[in-house]
Amino acid sequence: MTELKEKPESKTKPPMLSGGQMLMRALKDEGVEYVYGYPGGAVLHIYDALHNQEDVKHILVRHEQAATHMADAYARASGKPGVVLVTSGPGATNAVTGLATAYMDSIPMVVITGQVMSHLIGDDAFQETDMMGISRPVVKHNMSVRNPADIPAMVKKAFYIASSGRPGPVVLDIPKDMTMPNERFPYVYPKEVRMRSYNPVSKGHAGQIRKAVNLLLQAKRPMIYSGGGVILGEASDLLTQLGKTLGYPVTNTLMGLGAFPGGDDQFVGMLGMHGSYEANMAMHNADVIIAIGARFDDRVTNNTGKFCPNAKIIHIDIDPTSISKTVRVDIPIVGPVKSVLAEMLKAIDESKLEVDREALGIWWSQINEWRGRHGGRYKTDDSQMMKPQFVIEAMWRATGGDAFVTSDVGQHQMYAAQYYRFNKPNRWINSGGLGTMGFGLPAAMGVALNFPDDDVVCVTGEGSIQMNIQELSTCKQYNLPVKILNLNNGYLGMVKQWQDMNYESRYSNSYMDSLPDFVRLAEAYGHVGMRIEKPSDLEPALKEAFAMKDRLVFMDVLVDPKEHVYPMHVPGGAMCDMFLSKTERT
Amino acid sequence: MTTRRIISVLMENESGALARVVGLFAQRGYNIDSLTVAPTEDPTLSRMTLVTQATDQVIEQITKQLHKLIEVVKLVDLTEGVHVERELLLVKVRAAGAQREEVKRTADIFRGQVIDVTPNTYTIQVAGHSDKLDAFLDALAQASVLEVVRSGVSGISRGEKTLSV
Ligand SMILES: Cc1ncc(C[n+]2csc(CCOP(=O)(O)OP(=O)(O)O)c2C)c(N)n1
Ligand SMILES: [Mg+2]
Repeated sequence: MTELKEKPESKTKPPMLSGGQMLMRALKDEGVEYVYGYPGGAVLHIYDALHNQEDVKHILVRHEQAATHMADAYARASGKPGVVLVTSGPGATNAVTGLATAYMDSIPMVVITGQVMSHLIGDDAFQETDMMGISRPVVKHNMSVRNPADIPAMVKKAFYIASSGRPGPVVLDIPKDMTMPNERFPYVYPKEVRMRSYNPVSKGHAGQIRKAVNLLLQAKRPMIYSGGGVILGEASDLLTQLGKTLGYPVTNTLMGLGAFPGGDDQFVGMLGMHGSYEANMAMHNADVIIAIGARFDDRVTNNTGKFCPNAKIIHIDIDPTSISKTVRVDIPIVGPVKSVLAEMLKAIDESKLEVDREALGIWWSQINEWRGRHGGRYKTDDSQMMKPQFVIEAMWRATGGDAFVTSDVGQHQMYAAQYYRFNKPNRWINSGGLGTMGFGLPAAMGVALNFPDDDVVCVTGEGSIQMNIQELSTCKQYNLPVKILNLNNGYLGMVKQWQDMNYESRYSNSYMDSLPDFVRLAEAYGHVGMRIEKPSDLEPALKEAFAMKDRLVFMDVLVDPKEHVYPMHVPGGAMCDMFLSKTERT
Repeated sequence: MTTRRIISVLMENESGALARVVGLFAQRGYNIDSLTVAPTEDPTLSRMTLVTQATDQVIEQITKQLHKLIEVVKLVDLTEGVHVERELLLVKVRAAGAQREEVKRTADIFRGQVIDVTPNTYTIQVAGHSDKLDAFLDALAQASVLEVVRSGVSGISRGEKTLSV
């Protein structure tokens, strides 16, 4: 049961609107500027209502998947839910990958899907798919409209659910007859929603917080392990404050990069399968770990049975199901990271205990020794093919370390995560949980549209970019000056790496044959294309590309196909079990 | 080690809520021994009783995951406290000639009631703990059982404790 408070009685009577018009008005009242979508039969009434108003602008993509990733990336960059509008049947199914991508990374979105007329539901009508059923496992919630008069309240509820608690995508399925232009209803947008069945926690348990602080202050070999929840929970400043107050080493997950400044000395890099040597070693040897907005994903922990054997673990998360799901923790704290961290900082301040500076000094010298041994090595010069790591570092310099960087999935993604040191949250935008190839370009578009004054780079590979390459046309239509950095190794590199390591280099279907000429392809879409082959050409090319503020530039950079991403966890091992190069392992 | 648990869930009486619960169990590989659901005295709420076998860690996940479903209002693991559980069994048995008396006597022992009769069959109703229903079925001669329907377990806490909004 949902209680909805209506706006204070206004003098004028509420306007009489059709379902389609109510939807548009509700989006406007929700403060939505852009809707990403694609029209079709079931949503024609809605598109007509959209046409007759100016507040909500529509971005016409070339494939519905791209609409979902645009909305998703907008949410990742801004913290506000992204909105998608697609038709029933194939429109809706094309949106499913985007829903799953957002769901896995807890990204708030509201996805409006058309549906066939109510009386046809269940008849296998033209373009009917059970979107409620199909989307159920990959959404935070979904709802189907039964009565047009409910539309404003359901939109309100959709936004509320998507953006509160642990955020996630919400589907609103609207049968066509809910939006008939000639059936009108009084429009009132509710001011707030209260649901008896859904009340996200607003505060952590004070006793648990005190216990956690006690443990934290007695640590000899502490680690702060933070994830995407810190960014979603807008708690990066507090995390940084915690790190600085304690002087403890900080590692971020793939989703958490930028929550703690990547250029800071206390940052030991990303952890996990392709985490830094020092981060994984420090985790394995820690005696106290505080996990903040992170979920002990299998790509982080390696074998959970061997995970951090000597550590007592504190875990802060807004979602109780994340706690003790894969790794048992000692002190769970359920609550929003922001309020819990604020309380924690207060408790540290008031505590009689103090950080053990001596033990911490010894711990840091150990960590620094690990750092010296295996700090992100690679070699590059003009006699060889360009190293992908070198490209990312050059791009970092060219953008002052301050760009929005989106990525696709594969080796290039890991190089970007390892070598672009993010100093701010919300700047690193990648599909971490689902690992969706094809995410990068539409994601960059969503960011570029909403942050027109910033540099937006899409780091991609020749495999991934072709999964949504059609969006170059959308970029032209809306003038989205994304910089595409295609680390072209001619292979599905990450697949090839696994085949090198586990299948004696039998490259079953991992060679990308018949690649297009990306330069001419970009030009055909009306953009600028560049091919970069020599390391010495890279810096000038990047400079030229980033100087073209209002043009999309496709940089096709030929990189060494033999390169592997290291470190890499040894499968089935502990955090500290890593391959460090093709010939070394721990 | 797995144990048998009875989880009682109070949820919004909305279409789709049940599908979400069943979907959750299927998706995460939790097992369901039985499941019953019906509206409560408040028609906006329905109550579900779910029986599952799992380790403590999985039970913890199940209850948390159920709670996370937007339509779930409250839930309790009845097996954590004192509780009463009942299941209803309807069984159609062949009962002809000398067998007729024997079947009737067995039903009486289990406090079963004959609720439908034909010259050759009895339909018997037995209510009680699931173990009792199992025992009753065992006591009936295997060959005589024609059809079995079980309701799945319903449960409620003993004493003054209630599950309500
Ligand atoms: C949609 C989708 N299909 C398949 C995969 C499996 N996969 C992961 S990485 C990868 C290779 C990516 O190749 P490319 O984009 O060229 O990047 P590289 O690894 O070469 O840098 C594949 C096929 C995936 N992540 N997503
Ligand atoms: Mg490649």
